[in-house]
Amino acid sequence: MKHKQFSSLAFNIGITAFSLFIALLIGAVLFMIAGANPFTAYAVMFTAPLQDVFGITEMFVRAAPLLLVALGISISFRSGILNIGGEGQILIGAIFGLVVALYFPKMHWSLMIPLVFLASFLGGALWGGIAGWMKAYLNVNEILSTVMLNYVAIQIYNFLIRGPMMDKNEVVYGTGASQTARIAREYWLTKLIPGARMHTGMIFAVVMAVIVFFFLWKTIYGYRMRAVGVEVKAARYAGINTKWYLLLAMIFAGGFAGLAGSVEVLGVHHMGLESISAGYGFSGIVVALFGGLHPLGAIPASIVFGLLIVGADMMQRAVQVPAYIILAIQGLIILAIVSSNVFITKKSMKVKVLNLFRKPAGRSPHAQ
Amino acid sequence: MSLDIQNLEFRSISKRFPGVLACDNVNLKLRKGEILALLGENGAGKTTLMNILYGLYQPDEGEILINGRQVSIDSPQKAGEMGIGMVHQHFMLVPNLTVKENVALCMYNDSFFELDHKAVNAKIREISERHTIKIDPDSYIWKLSVGEQQRVELIKSLSLGANLLILDEPTAVLTPQETEELINLLKEMAAGGCSIIFISHKLNEVKAVSNLIAVLRDGRLVYHGNTNDHSTDELATLMAGRSISLPVAKEKQPSDEIVLELQNVSAMSDRDTPALNKLNLSIHRGEILGLAGVSGNGQTELAEVINGLREVTEGKILLDNEEISNRSPQKIINKGMGYIPADRLHEGTVSSFSVKENIILKDYANPSFSKATFLLNKTISDYSEELVSKFNIKTPGIETTCASLSGGNIQKVILSREITRNPKVLVAVYPTRGLDLGAAEFVHSKLLEARDNDKAVLLVSEELEELMNLSDRIAVIYEGKILKIIPAKEAEKSELGLLMAGVHNEAQAIQ
Amino acid sequence: MLSEIIIGIIAAAIPLSITFVLVGIGEMFNQRAGVFNLGAEGIMMVGAFLGFYVEYIMKSGPGSSFLGMIAAIAVGSLMGAVMAVTCVNFKAEQGIAGIALFMLGWGVAGMLFRVYIGGTTSIVGLKALDIPFLNSIPVLGAILFSHNIMVYITLVIIPLSWYLLNRTAWGLKVKAVGTAPRAADTMGVKVDRIRFQCVVIGGAMAGLAGAYLSICQTHIYADNITAGRGFIAVALVYFGKWKPTGILWGALLFSLAHSFQRSIQVYGIDFPYEIAVMFPYILVIAVLAISGSSRIMAPTMLGRPYYREQRD
Repeated sequence: MKHKQFSSLAFNIGITAFSLFIALLIGAVLFMIAGANPFTAYAVMFTAPLQDVFGITEMFVRAAPLLLVALGISISFRSGILNIGGEGQILIGAIFGLVVALYFPKMHWSLMIPLVFLASFLGGALWGGIAGWMKAYLNVNEILSTVMLNYVAIQIYNFLIRGPMMDKNEVVYGTGASQTARIAREYWLTKLIPGARMHTGMIFAVVMAVIVFFFLWKTIYGYRMRAVGVEVKAARYAGINTKWYLLLAMIFAGGFAGLAGSVEVLGVHHMGLESISAGYGFSGIVVALFGGLHPLGAIPASIVFGLLIVGADMMQRAVQVPAYIILAIQGLIILAIVSSNVFITKKSMKVKVLNLFRKPAGRSPHAQ
Repeated sequence: MSLDIQNLEFRSISKRFPGVLACDNVNLKLRKGEILALLGENGAGKTTLMNILYGLYQPDEGEILINGRQVSIDSPQKAGEMGIGMVHQHFMLVPNLTVKENVALCMYNDSFFELDHKAVNAKIREISERHTIKIDPDSYIWKLSVGEQQRVELIKSLSLGANLLILDEPTAVLTPQETEELINLLKEMAAGGCSIIFISHKLNEVKAVSNLIAVLRDGRLVYHGNTNDHSTDELATLMAGRSISLPVAKEKQPSDEIVLELQNVSAMSDRDTPALNKLNLSIHRGEILGLAGVSGNGQTELAEVINGLREVTEGKILLDNEEISNRSPQKIINKGMGYIPADRLHEGTVSSFSVKENIILKDYANPSFSKATFLLNKTISDYSEELVSKFNIKTPGIETTCASLSGGNIQKVILSREITRNPKVLVAVYPTRGLDLGAAEFVHSKLLEARDNDKAVLLVSEELEELMNLSDRIAVIYEGKILKIIPAKEAEKSELGLLMAGVHNEAQAIQ
Repeated sequence: MLSEIIIGIIAAAIPLSITFVLVGIGEMFNQRAGVFNLGAEGIMMVGAFLGFYVEYIMKSGPGSSFLGMIAAIAVGSLMGAVMAVTCVNFKAEQGIAGIALFMLGWGVAGMLFRVYIGGTTSIVGLKALDIPFLNSIPVLGAILFSHNIMVYITLVIIPLSWYLLNRTAWGLKVKAVGTAPRAADTMGVKVDRIRFQCVVIGGAMAGLAGAYLSICQTHIYADNITAGRGFIAVALVYFGKWKPTGILWGALLFSLAHSFQRSIQVYGIDFPYEIAVMFPYILVIAVLAISGSSRIMAPTMLGRPYYREQRD
């Protein structure tokens, strides 16, 4: 039995690795279209960040928001909701956090930082909750509603940082850059290494991942959510208020994305800037899928994709291919992963793959 | 043009599915004009064998010969070209298209644009006149009754020039009267030169319709010969591989105490059509009330309204004199309701959850299994192990997912959970559908045990024999109304059959 | 004055609606066949870029515009084929695959734009033509008869797609594989092949819609030029109940919303730009909420892959 489990795990990892290889192969074609040598480009992307302190610390700077978003995505996907609204939820979370950090009366950082996190969690939860409510009670396709809410959130965010929340100095000096005032220094997340941007956000995210793991698999709420996610009919039959748990799943999904917003504000930018979400809402989906929709799997996955994103920036400078390509490569990776899934979940397909590697002699073990 | 099939032969056909050998070295022969009945329990491999003949599955070993020549049938289309038509147990019709369009789809499956509605109409008319099958070609499939849809299936096959027809459990959804009509139609068609393979596990029908019989058991052919050579009892033994006597309810003095009562209950179906129409029913403590009816007459909706899973639009449901209509499922469960739903894979269990997780599906929040929202893993495991051994659930372990168990064992997981919860009322919907005789026997004995422990059991079934064996009283449902309730002792199949078809004497109707 | 504004809004709405109609009709085919392609947005971005780029390097009038649109159709079909391989052959979860295709298209278009063009440039594109005599009919002339040629081509595509869906053998097959794939299979319909065809058609139409946007509507290419139109079109197909005419009405409704929002800015009404831009998206959400509950017309197997050798 143990042996069987191990070989099945090995099979799954093999399939995933193979699909990743295919994705990178197609990505290589894109590099060539962009006029670059794919080998050099990949080499820079995967190794350059690991060669100095700057690269490694930046990797964790990117991994923190990715992990938080991925946790939310894992909860919602596990509950049967395809939440594509990470971008919007990050932005609304950031706004809520900014309002608290900028306009609330001064207080000690040990009070302020949790308060900012709480506010951004609520903001993201509100934004995710709208889609969750519409899914549960009005049967609205959550993919479409979350995508639309992304566009609405971007406009709300931009409106606020260009208008009511714009830095007063920008108005006075007439520079008019669309950003908010800077947050008081004592509220910033502590830098872990002098001179680098890496901050305590990653530690916070990892702690959250462990909490989410316990929540999903060890508590009755997690039990209910997972039941609703895989078999709504059975969950209803078991007396679970399925609509409420769909909504709750989106509240958590949005809340975690919102936390990513305030981690970016308190840890990296220290103010509200345009495009603060930086595609983390979408990359978080890749991380969650790559981590097998498991909160603990998301931890290494977020570091890998943090590496890729930093690597893409370095690659842009090294081989002059716009870092935009990393979006395309992430898309390819998801396509490859979801395509390979059929070999893992459908036994008949799995058998076909395994037969490719079997020796042709002896048609099958049953043929006697 | 399709082949004229003079004779058909299966030579050592085998087909494997992961973990099951569905067909094992099967040999069969059939000549023009013969009706072959393919007998076997559920899961014996009948449908798989026929899907191979029809090109839906490929055999792993063996070959099929038509008119003495080996053929390879790699798609249903190819089967059609060879003159093979199939009427599946679940009808293979496109519900949002009309009868005509369904037939057209078959006739023009090769063409890209070309679609001649007149030619299709002419074909339908010709066939329905030749075989006297009545149908309106312009009506949408989803508006037709089950019997009518079956006729469309026949027309569809015949219009493609099929002269070998496979019918997979064609009578499962029909009333006894409709069944009789179908049998006559099939005999006529055979006389006209069609060959027919009739899949069934109902021995009486097989006796009435066929001249040849093949019996499958666990994928192997155990008998192939003339129908008249064996009696019904002998065939039953062949099918089961051992003589089985399903448990029969012992006499028991019914109690007068009403546990579950439905008063003028109405509800809508998923399609927003009336499903229950001012239905009245009451079930006593310590009795099994059997609910007979052709499926689709409101049985599942009835079970759902009782369990709070469907809205009651009118009327009241009382459990121990307390109103439970339109209460949440959780409240109804807490009041002592047990439910074995028809869909055991997607409703009765969360199929991707482990056996352990499914056993506590209704009790995870119970203080004995969780404290301060945290699940008590050890207690849950011990409890699950206990039920697994008590109900003889065959599973590699309690961490195995339910999806990988056999149908009978999934049903045991549900039974163990529902019965151990000690409910006042137990609603069981088609609890033995698709199970082999051994598992069915187990389910029956558990239902009887529940009755003897003073539970009120509502048993919904489409098998009259099951109902007559187990029930104390049998109620017949038709179009969302209870037409009549008969004590099981006095029930006769013919009367039940007429009632299921909606024919009843107004004077006897209960109010 | 007011009537002129209204006529102006309506006349401007018609060319705006063409993008929605094109991508919506394509999406209708793949949804009817049971595949839900959220990648339309990504395909549109690539189509918009490639169409623009072909015209930009050829610079030879309407001929190059058409060549640009053909190139967009080709790349759209290719991306449709990627989606089809993933979701039809490999039975992947369609929602996730669609989002992945969107990211792929977004990344590819953004990267190519930076590599091959870099900054804001404009092209001539296809200009509106005034149809002689007809355009001088009061009111109707302005609304209907002074648009670019693609508007009229699209108006032909609508009845054509209706005919294809309802009067041909292929159309019957499309409807069958989207509602009852197993039944269709037994009737000799190649389920996966029909689905593949429909997803490729959907991709081609999305590519064309993208090119329409850059070549006929804006005459420039910019990042995020599609601004969610591909996603809106997917919602429109729900709203239009999977019918060509339904999609047309939906497209007109959204274009009116767009056009109205623009005229607010044009007429200098003091209203925050961002709030105005938000309006169409909120409209989509509202429409989804209203049409969400009635799914009777929906292709019932939408989003479900078909496995032939699976025991039910």
